[in-house]
Amino acid sequence: MTTAIGRPIDRVDGPAKVTGAGRYSADVPLPGLVHAVVVGSRIPAGRIISIDTRAAEQANGVLAVLTHLNLPKGGSVPPLVPSLAGAAATGQTFFPMQDEVIHYAGQHVAVVVAETLEQAEHAATLLRIDYAAAPFVTTVEQGREQAYEARRIFGGFLPGRVERGDVDAGLAEAAVTVDLGYRYAANHHNPIECSATTAVWQGDRLTVYDATQGPNATLHTLAELLNVMPSHIRVVTDFVGGSFGCKAMIWDHPALAALAARHVGRPVRLALSREQMFSSVGHREQQEQQLTLGADAQGRLTAVRHHKLSPTSHFDDWAEPSLGVASQLYACPNYQGVYRLIRANTMTPTFTRCPGEASGMFALETALDELAERLGLDPLEIRLRNYAETTPGDGTPWSSKKLRECYRRGAELAGWDRRDPRVGALRDGDTLLGWGMATSAYPCYQPGNPQRARARLYADGSAVVQASISDIGTGSATAMTQVAADGLGVQLERVRFQYGDSDLPNTAAAVGSAGAGMVSAAVHVATTALRDQLIAQALADPGSPLHGADPRQVTVAEGRMALRERPDVGETYAALLQRAFMADAEAVGTWNPPPDTSGGSMTFGAQFAQVAVDPDLGLVRVRRLIGVFDAGRILNRKTAHSQLMGGMIWGMSHALLEGTRMGPDGRWANASLGEYLVPVNADAPEVVVETVESTDTVVNPLGVKGVGEVGMVGTAAAIANAIHHATGKRLHRLPITIEDLL
Amino acid sequence: MTCTVNGVPRTADDVWEGESLLYVLRERLGLPGSKNACEQGECGSCTVYLDGTAVCSCLVAAGQAVGREVVTVEGLSGGPDAEPGPVQRAFLAAGAVQCGFCTPGLIVAVDDLLSRNPHPTDPQIREALAGNLCRCTGYEKIMEAVRLAAGGQA
Ligand code: FES
Ligand code: FES
Repeated sequence: MTTAIGRPIDRVDGPAKVTGAGRYSADVPLPGLVHAVVVGSRIPAGRIISIDTRAAEQANGVLAVLTHLNLPKGGSVPPLVPSLAGAAATGQTFFPMQDEVIHYAGQHVAVVVAETLEQAEHAATLLRIDYAAAPFVTTVEQGREQAYEARRIFGGFLPGRVERGDVDAGLAEAAVTVDLGYRYAANHHNPIECSATTAVWQGDRLTVYDATQGPNATLHTLAELLNVMPSHIRVVTDFVGGSFGCKAMIWDHPALAALAARHVGRPVRLALSREQMFSSVGHREQQEQQLTLGADAQGRLTAVRHHKLSPTSHFDDWAEPSLGVASQLYACPNYQGVYRLIRANTMTPTFTRCPGEASGMFALETALDELAERLGLDPLEIRLRNYAETTPGDGTPWSSKKLRECYRRGAELAGWDRRDPRVGALRDGDTLLGWGMATSAYPCYQPGNPQRARARLYADGSAVVQASISDIGTGSATAMTQVAADGLGVQLERVRFQYGDSDLPNTAAAVGSAGAGMVSAAVHVATTALRDQLIAQALADPGSPLHGADPRQVTVAEGRMALRERPDVGETYAALLQRAFMADAEAVGTWNPPPDTSGGSMTFGAQFAQVAVDPDLGLVRVRRLIGVFDAGRILNRKTAHSQLMGGMIWGMSHALLEGTRMGPDGRWANASLGEYLVPVNADAPEVVVETVESTDTVVNPLGVKGVGEVGMVGTAAAIANAIHHATGKRLHRLPITIEDLL
Repeated sequence: MTCTVNGVPRTADDVWEGESLLYVLRERLGLPGSKNACEQGECGSCTVYLDGTAVCSCLVAAGQAVGREVVTVEGLSGGPDAEPGPVQRAFLAAGAVQCGFCTPGLIVAVDDLLSRNPHPTDPQIREALAGNLCRCTGYEKIMEAVRLAAGGQA
């Protein structure tokens, strides 16, 4: 019976957050705590000739200065595997401070440990580091000539080239083609909380408080980097101040904190500064895409050719999978996608909200708009004509797809059919108005290992349910409390969900919008197992009113088991346990995820945007964003809608604000919140979010498809298409700037 | 240094002149509710009251706070274990809290706004909160929370 799932209840972690009582990873009080700061390389390539640490070492309060000359050696660097696999998940296969070579600007070259943070920061300025600079490549423009086709990307998980049908034949038979080049700035995540780790050793046991999307990812990565048994490490993550991908993989700072703590024999806190967040935890890579679409005279796609070029590090072949969803969304028999890479003096890029989907779908969804214009079709109509009833490629059925309903409802909310579709037709005084739309889709990824949770019911009928997952602000702890209450058949107020601790049952990292689906599966399996176990105990107990009953006839609500047909016959869990002198009962649930479903299972959405463009100033203001999504089952309407809405604002920001510029010196030129633009309150448009009813029996037991990213996917294209409607300009570069519109 | 924090006289020893008020609150006085997210006055996560004026505590040198009254987010609910106050309840009810890292600074900023202007218009709210960045919510729910708190409905 479902009573708690879906309800828009307030977050369980909310009171601690609004009163300031919540302890984030840089807030944990520990006796004897000291502070570490990292020092980054000033140059992007070359080597360190010398480091003079004497002045720093003699500064007030300084306990240690670690460099490649004295950093205690640990274990080995594990391979780069996305943290959803559930194993070690290093962000790049490079660990700093092992030798004098510099691969990228900001590469950590020293760690200074002092009694206070201010002392450590001051001492860091006293380090004298001499470098021998070498030539470098940090951008597409500099490295174009040396680009190579990737064999595999994304930690080896995806091929560098995907083809189906014959794309040249498809283009040859097309009545209309568009061939467009797209350029995208690099992006940085900039959650409001900078990454931080607090590390404390007790003998050979290590506890770290780490801001991470996966306590287990931190644990397994540290085990390998430090060569310490996993059993001797505990990772605690009570609160995370946002991530958006920069805490999805494990970078070097948790290991440096642990090494520093061991070196000075005191608990160490290592918090990255805002500036260091730009060169310590990955980024969305700068990129170019070339997209060619062919369609017949009715607008049906005959070919999609989609190539991407982007810089990666010197260690890893990483590109965000920009071509994936765009290759799967529409029915088109002929497809070719190719990733080309450039070895560059940057860190390995990483997951950034909608990693790939946002950039690839911006290209596809704006190109489709152009194609529709060329064919004289309504933008929504061309999407319906290419609607994929089954998955393109192998034709297997979708696990669920209510995209048509999303289109219909979104168009209704936007008044799409009533708008004047002619370019420049809508005005508000001197301001040009425009409407645009785009499709959203995001794959349902599955974790790489079994997901577990533990449920314990006490003799008073209250329950604790545990899983290791951290809540990065999505509301998963709240949603899991709801899932647990329904699984056990007890009231919400009687359940506590405990999470954010690697000592608790295994879950993979909460990444790729997969967290709610996989953890709800484990919690559901554990709580229903415990419920069934208690029902079985009652049926076997001669003292129970349910003795000998048919288990299929027993239901549980509000902690009381009863016969479906005779609700008066039954008893509470509490009565059962107390009669048996049991203090509690417990069950562990394991959910084995289905094999990868990301090809045939997606969240979908239809997005509409209204913009106002000031033609004299080139200013774009987004007035309204409308998103209607098929995200499967919604566990908590309040937190799910917040996630979708936040994602839509990310899309607006991707479209109009965000871009990290590479300076001529090979360093990020705008590494601060003052210069890296993110939306402020005044930028926020009116946002309407809805979800449609959707049942999915393939992805996981509760049919949860995820809401963390899909809200962002189509937003930028909808905005660009709206700008075209307002101004007639087609813009193929993100972010869109004032200069583009003058 | 000595100052009054959340109504209680507090003393921190060995304060180095370069330390910020934010650092003293967080690391020396055990009040980590105020957050450090930029240390440059760009995000508002560290907002506290100093003699009744909302300020970015990362930009206030510890010495400037000597002998003055500081109120932090912890002080607005009467202590970490006390019941949330009206602005805090409004944030919960509106769903204006996601990761929560911007929240303490926002709670102080909103408290300040409503004490000066109990019934702000939307543009006034946006103006007053312009210095408080939130990366999760998209601000719409924060607006709703302020309207809720202003209407006394939380
Ligand atoms: S930490 Fe003070 S404004 Fe950002
Ligand atoms: S709730 Fe995460 S930054 Fe505002």
